[in-house]
Amino acid sequence: MNLLAAETEVLAPLASGWFLENAWLIPVIPAIAFALIILIGKRLPMKGSELGVASMLASLVLSAGAAYQWIQRVNSATEEQFVEPVIRSWSWWRSGGFDFGIGQHIDGLSVVVLFVVAFISTLVQIYSLEYLRGDRRYTHFFAALTLFSGGMLAMVLADNMILFLLGWEVMGLCSFMLIGHWWEEDANSRAALKAFFTVRTGDVGLLVGISMLYFAANDWTQENLGLSGFSIRGISAWALSGEPNSTVIMVAAIALFIASIGKSGQFPLHTWLPDAMAGPTPVSSLLHSSTMVVAGVFLVARLYPVFFVGLDILGSGGNLIMFIGAITIVISAALAFVQNDIKRVLAYSTVSQLGYMMLGLGAGAWLPAVFHIFTHAFFKACLFLGAGSISHSASHHSFDMKRDMGGLRKVMPITFTTWIISTLALCGVFPFSGFFSKDEIIDNVGNNGYNTFMIVGLVGAFMTAAYMTRATYLTFFGEPRGASAGHSSHESHDDHASHDDHSSHGPHESGLLITAPLMILSVLALGSGLLNATPFGESWERMKLWVEPRAVEVVDSTYSGGPGESLIVNVPSAGEGSSKSVCGTSTPEIGVCYAPKLEHAKFKWSKAMLSMAIVFLGMVVSWILSMLLFTKRDARLVGLTQRVKILGVGHRFLVNKYYLDDLYEKVIVRSVAYPISSAAYWFNQNVLDGILHSISNLTRKFSGWVYKNIDQRVVDGTVNNSATFTKSVGTAAQPTQSGKVSQYGALLFSAAAVAALVLVIINT
Amino acid sequence: MNMLQENNWLLSVGTFLPLLGVVVLLLTPKASDQMVKLVALVTSIATLAVGVYTAFKFDFDQAEKLQFVADANWISVIKSSYLIGVDGISLPLYLLSMVITLLVVIYSLDHVPSPGKPKAFFSLLLVLQTGMAGTFIAQDLILFFVFFELVLLPMFFLIGVWGGEQRQYASIKFFLYTMFGSALMLVAFLALFFKTGAESFSIPYLIENGGSIAKNIQIWIFAGMFVGFAVKVPMFPFHTWLPDAHTQAPTQGSVILAAILLKLGTYGFVRIALPILPDAAREWAPYIGGLAVIGIIYGALGCLAQTDMKRLIAFSSVAHMGFVMLGISTLTSFGVNAAMFGMVAHGLITGMLFFIAGSVKERYHTLEISKLGGMLTSMPRLGWIFGFCSMASLGLPGLAGFWGEFPAILSAYNPAEGLNETVFRVFMVIAALGTVLAAAYLLWMFQRIAFGTAKNSSSHDHAHSDDLHDVTTFEWIAWTPMLLGILVLGILPNLLFSVFDPAVKITLSAFGG
Repeated sequence: MNLLAAETEVLAPLASGWFLENAWLIPVIPAIAFALIILIGKRLPMKGSELGVASMLASLVLSAGAAYQWIQRVNSATEEQFVEPVIRSWSWWRSGGFDFGIGQHIDGLSVVVLFVVAFISTLVQIYSLEYLRGDRRYTHFFAALTLFSGGMLAMVLADNMILFLLGWEVMGLCSFMLIGHWWEEDANSRAALKAFFTVRTGDVGLLVGISMLYFAANDWTQENLGLSGFSIRGISAWALSGEPNSTVIMVAAIALFIASIGKSGQFPLHTWLPDAMAGPTPVSSLLHSSTMVVAGVFLVARLYPVFFVGLDILGSGGNLIMFIGAITIVISAALAFVQNDIKRVLAYSTVSQLGYMMLGLGAGAWLPAVFHIFTHAFFKACLFLGAGSISHSASHHSFDMKRDMGGLRKVMPITFTTWIISTLALCGVFPFSGFFSKDEIIDNVGNNGYNTFMIVGLVGAFMTAAYMTRATYLTFFGEPRGASAGHSSHESHDDHASHDDHSSHGPHESGLLITAPLMILSVLALGSGLLNATPFGESWERMKLWVEPRAVEVVDSTYSGGPGESLIVNVPSAGEGSSKSVCGTSTPEIGVCYAPKLEHAKFKWSKAMLSMAIVFLGMVVSWILSMLLFTKRDARLVGLTQRVKILGVGHRFLVNKYYLDDLYEKVIVRSVAYPISSAAYWFNQNVLDGILHSISNLTRKFSGWVYKNIDQRVVDGTVNNSATFTKSVGTAAQPTQSGKVSQYGALLFSAAAVAALVLVIINT
Repeated sequence: MNMLQENNWLLSVGTFLPLLGVVVLLLTPKASDQMVKLVALVTSIATLAVGVYTAFKFDFDQAEKLQFVADANWISVIKSSYLIGVDGISLPLYLLSMVITLLVVIYSLDHVPSPGKPKAFFSLLLVLQTGMAGTFIAQDLILFFVFFELVLLPMFFLIGVWGGEQRQYASIKFFLYTMFGSALMLVAFLALFFKTGAESFSIPYLIENGGSIAKNIQIWIFAGMFVGFAVKVPMFPFHTWLPDAHTQAPTQGSVILAAILLKLGTYGFVRIALPILPDAAREWAPYIGGLAVIGIIYGALGCLAQTDMKRLIAFSSVAHMGFVMLGISTLTSFGVNAAMFGMVAHGLITGMLFFIAGSVKERYHTLEISKLGGMLTSMPRLGWIFGFCSMASLGLPGLAGFWGEFPAILSAYNPAEGLNETVFRVFMVIAALGTVLAAAYLLWMFQRIAFGTAKNSSSHDHAHSDDLHDVTTFEWIAWTPMLLGILVLGILPNLLFSVFDPAVKITLSAFGG
């Protein structure tokens, strides 16, 4: 197990810098800002919102600095060199003789997600300045929003699974606070409870998975890397070392994936996500674009080696992640067709897009999936904020497309334009950003041999184009209806009835604080795809260069330039018959590997044209149908679901969300909450206490006899004294019950003394 | 065993100072309530000061050793001596008892429960403090037993005199149940004494010699201790005294009961049962673990069935102590560390929840969850504190509860050598499911009580909107240290882990660490 020094080539020192080394400040700043907002926010001129915005700006600057220096670091490495992440760790807690650290793990993946999170959070907070103006809990809102971003940032740069879990759960807490922001209404507090509870159910998997990985990996990581079994770096290397028992790592991967299903709203735990629309729109935007729901995807991307080995990614026939991803794409896209609430359309769209990310990760398309996190964040945030802009300024706080929207393109030109750009990006139209990420996922899925899944991806693309066209048509085209037409009489679900003061006049464009974020986001929705524009050749694939970890065997990583501990790898010996490979092909013999080797599909315009055609078809079909149905009220289509039975059944099935909510709420939750818990309580009150009461009755009957016959004659003075003592106690406290107490006490002590005497006799 | 004997007067002073306060209280005229309160306050402050000084003098680099050891002749006939000392396991609990007592006294300055009688009330609180602190410093089984029992009496009176409507039933049930356990425990102690050659009751001595007792006898002795401690914890199925005692006890009683008294049982396992009888512990561990996870699920289900806020919190104790016992049953230092942390965390969090329940009762005159509601509107600060404690209680990372819960679950994956891994892994998964139920009952309670709009309970004629005042000054003073403790321990768990860890490792050396 010694280091093969002779074979170690001298590697170039990697560049580092202040921003990389101090990236841990990125989540710390919002955390401090949160505390300050809670403590002094209300007394500040802007009620604490300035602290939130400022902290997010600071985080954004730090993230951007870290990203820049990471790029420099990558550039300073040779082509075939593994770019060491910048790890810093401090002692956090110790148990069982081991020290457990807390710290940062900065690599391409964390840098890109950090940047996205900080960026979107900043824009959402600026947007909220206007959107929530005058809200009854303005300060609390900004506090929760800031902590929420802090939680996500902490999770993203975590160097170990405990810190990861901390960020993960803090987000859960904040989502509870934010979704239930207007908790006076029952529906909102229920949605908040549902979100937290559903995610928490998935979290069982996270707890179990982390525990399993810790104990499976700890010995190996301590010995070879000097890291604990919680360390993300250690776990990654261990997973690819050929060491892990295939069952253990498989079960751990499945357990972790269950947590991802809950957090990222994958089938069958997606039901909380649409309900989470009860929160204020900026929350939906943040939750659904870059934080919270992305966390589950991020977990898979972060611990990719574990899933790669455990679930046999790239193996034939597909795997759990791909199946779940594919199912999610289709079922949630189908649900988006029957929604009237514009935010719910977007919510199901998010679920569906997360399905794409999962599908990509499951199929070995790691980079396209991560890239899709990146691009999706911009256009989805833009769409949500656009929906918020409409409800804020045009539809009188309503989100009902059929009743209160329509024809808004003329009155809201900026919102309309940004919406269209983001929709095209979401549908994956060239050259909008979604094209470069989503198409890449579909392409790579096929390239890795999963043709069926590729077809599912294409079907999903068709459906995406169709439901977004429907939503766009209902919102911006046709005749204005309801509130958008200036009718103020409506009793729709009032998103925030708290500040109705300014919306008495007709629909108009929103103010600059709202439109500026929209415009910035739409520029990125259009342009961010160029960071990894595969059609234009290798030199455009920046993301691949910067973000994708290199599947290289690391022999000696006493790297200079990095701050964290210098890592000396004790080269593990290759076990005989070890299963899957390092770096993708074989078990490493003289080093460790941190990432599996993945292939990339070669871009072909012919394939791209095919998917573009499908998207275009989806748009056209949907446009025609929408026009006939909603504007022309064509007699052949209107009421079709009532006339054709099979369609009616399908429609009802969709409207009822596949009855999953009924299963969860009416069957599972209700049975646990009522009959099962009542039964347990009945058992408690009647069986356990019943036994107790009958024992005490029996004892009471015998105690008189015992007291007279045994206590007075057999037992020595000490016990008598204690009995008298007890008696006096009883008398003092409860005149009526005193006899009982003293007799019980006497009996018990007598018993003890008798037993002791027996022991003495036996032992002498 | 290595012991440090400097400053050996410290522990005795810290433990018996409250009794001195009681004497002064008895001399104080009944009529002057202010004087009574002042004496109680000064005594508990002085006690805590001694405790803090003890911690200051404590050598944390040698936390595995007993420190401030005093050894004096006591009952030489049965070879029991006054042997006291603290190590890393007992020091935090010893201090916790002092802190909690002080905070309870502060809270009581403003809230002496009916029927009043502050003199008796504060005297009992101080006696209770002596009993609790004594249990944590005793290093002799008989001494331990005396303190262990001393705790019982004041609590019996606190429930029986100052309790709710069914206080008589609850107090007697509490008293007898614990007595029953104690009796068996005493038998076990005596058996242990004789089986180790009738030499000494000293715990260090017994740890050295207990292992030599034949295994089948060990198992029986362990059974006696098990019942004694399990009643106190309380473990399923010995828990039924707890909901009644908690529900009926005055707020102060509930807080002390949750924060300290329950820990006497778990502490007994760690301090006495495990190290003295390692072979028996190994045999018993799967059953303890099994009862622990049953307690986790069962307690959670019990919570879901409750309509009374205080009773719900009481049942949640059963679930939380299940996590503590699960950690102990793994017989690993990892698990026991988690259990020790869980004890302190549960003490702070559940203690706080009972404080809140007390304040709710005072303001709404009811604890029926269906009659509460909209607390966040009517009393935002109390509502947020309540939310904070609920989150801590369900094990949110970053708050203290997490560090008792998650490592306990973690430790069950890999129990000590000789224990069946499969069984414990099943326990692990069940315990992890328990965290979901914990989220369910706590958040559901929070949602029903804090969210929504304030209800006007029609059952009371007098408009008690006047009663709905937010957190008072005395409440702030009493609560802030606990709230800070929950937060600080959550962020810096090593403050406690580093104290426990060396002592726990030594204590569990019979199990291979």
